[in-house]
Amino acid sequence: MAKSVKVYSTSTCPWCIRAKQFLKENNIEFQNLDVSGDQLAADEMMAKTGQMGVPVLDIDGEIIVGFDKERVKSALGLA
Amino acid sequence: MMKIYDLIIIGAGPAGITASVYAARKQLDFLVISIDVGGQTAWSGEVENYTGYQFISGPELAQKFEEHLHKFKTPLKENEEVLALEKTDSLIRVKTSRSDYQAHSVIIASGKKSRELMVEGEKEFKNRGLTYCATCDGPLFAGKVVAVVGGGNSALDAALQLMKIAKQVYVINNTAALTGDAVMQDKIVQATNTTIFNNTLVTAVLGDKFVNRIKIKNRNQQEELAVAGVFVEIGLVPNSGFAKGVNKNSQNEIIVDARNRTNIEGVFAAGDVTDVPEKQIIIAAGEGSKALLSAFHYLSRNNFSD
Repeated sequence: MAKSVKVYSTSTCPWCIRAKQFLKENNIEFQNLDVSGDQLAADEMMAKTGQMGVPVLDIDGEIIVGFDKERVKSALGLA
Repeated sequence: MMKIYDLIIIGAGPAGITASVYAARKQLDFLVISIDVGGQTAWSGEVENYTGYQFISGPELAQKFEEHLHKFKTPLKENEEVLALEKTDSLIRVKTSRSDYQAHSVIIASGKKSRELMVEGEKEFKNRGLTYCATCDGPLFAGKVVAVVGGGNSALDAALQLMKIAKQVYVINNTAALTGDAVMQDKIVQATNTTIFNNTLVTAVLGDKFVNRIKIKNRNQQEELAVAGVFVEIGLVPNSGFAKGVNKNSQNEIIVDARNRTNIEGVFAAGDVTDVPEKQIIIAAGEGSKALLSAFHYLSRNNFSD
């Protein structure tokens, strides 16, 4: 079954763009939450991580702060 | 026995990636080790002076660099930090956060990073209200009170971005007057939600779970300002600390000659980490190619057998 992937991001941050690009390249469906325009999403992200840096990836409950490609790969089960 | 590479390139910004493209075309047995890919280019806004692109965003240009790097199946150790560099006989040992490597030559292209404030609370509140990237994190502070620390172009650029979305922006500058471009200064002075504190230092960043205030100090007095965000924009420092024994100037930039050689034979350096005049993406890229050609000549001349 496909994993549930959420990306908390802002439209301006380079690592957010790269993270989303990486997911697209690997045909991973994800929900993008723009924390600059969506206070609820921002609060949710801060509650999950206790911090404000973007991007944050939530892959089936595994929280990854920043775009750590290796961790994202292993969380997604990509070789 | 540990594998011996012809070359290790430290860093994958414009200098390191360009060096890697040249190294691949010379068919060297080499490795690239870097914390990130794209370097400062990935953090840049709009780039209008990289030849061949009349306009491209920093992240897009960084993406192009990365595609070029991967075109040659270059081995890349990403998210890996070099901690030490040591030369014995003709071998250079590179110790990283994950492993140890050795090579006959090294190109240091590790670039620069944001200068830190070095005050109480800075580490604790990093990404908890304190940030070094207004472009990335600015939008999270819509409607809030924030402080920008610094008075140069990057600080004013951050203040300009923030005054459009934040409730109030304090600019905390440690010199007598702002030093950034006059055009930007005028816009900041005219803004109704911006206050400039000259001759003022930030002495502590305080808060609970997130930043809620800073301590500042000027000649006469100390006071506290209630802020939700602190944007540190006080310039850059070279990532050269691991290169012990390599000669540096007073700003800790690695000293190179016109052929990108350092004082240690077989160790070359390129881009923003060096004392090359002017820090530009295109200059870093050009320096990267020069450094590789020098390293290639060094390897050919010595004909290391392993």
